[in-house]
Amino acid sequence: MRVLLFGIAKDIAGKPVITVDGVNTVAELKSYLYKTYPRLEQLRSLMIAVNKTYAGDGQVLQASDEVAVIPPVSGG
Amino acid sequence: MNKLVRIDTHITVQQALDFVEAPDCGGVVIFSGNVRNVTQQKKVTKLFFECYEPMALLEMEKIANHTIEKMGVKRIAILHITGEKLPGETVVVIAVAAPHRAAAFDACEYAIDTLKETVPIWKKEYFEDGEVWVAAHP
Repeated sequence: MRVLLFGIAKDIAGKPVITVDGVNTVAELKSYLYKTYPRLEQLRSLMIAVNKTYAGDGQVLQASDEVAVIPPVSGG
Repeated sequence: MNKLVRIDTHITVQQALDFVEAPDCGGVVIFSGNVRNVTQQKKVTKLFFECYEPMALLEMEKIANHTIEKMGVKRIAILHITGEKLPGETVVVIAVAAPHRAAAFDACEYAIDTLKETVPIWKKEYFEDGEVWVAAHP
């Protein structure tokens, strides 16, 4: 599954899109991200958006979903 | 259409005001957010804004809908920039029109406060000696 990265998360991963396989839920995706990019755990928060909506840890991920990593927002 | 949400490289207060003004609205409140030239005693040289644009527009629309459905607002415009801006330049504009001023003040404050909490936009501050993503770390 393709996962979009923004802001500091993109800087930490070193790229705007990563491919993640073998994760079935948002919680599993977060575990994968923290293991692969430990600096993500130092952020104030880390949200996952599925199909452009904030998703809870239990949400199941489908291969066709648009998944994005949302570090702490700072607009305005 | 009674709401305008927009992300662009250039926005103005006038665009937002022109959209919301209407004969049935006696009160119009505008918030304009500009680049400040100093943060924690350090000189800011510029800001860079990155947006997850399709989701940001949806979240901005949710804010607009709430003010219209729950807060007595008739018309609202929420504009945000993307890209680089220099001190003094405008990065966000919210204009709210309601029959009376109280609802417009309340909704305008709600809109900017909620935008800062929920809309996926990220700001990087540039200083003379480095740069930092704002609010990323505790």
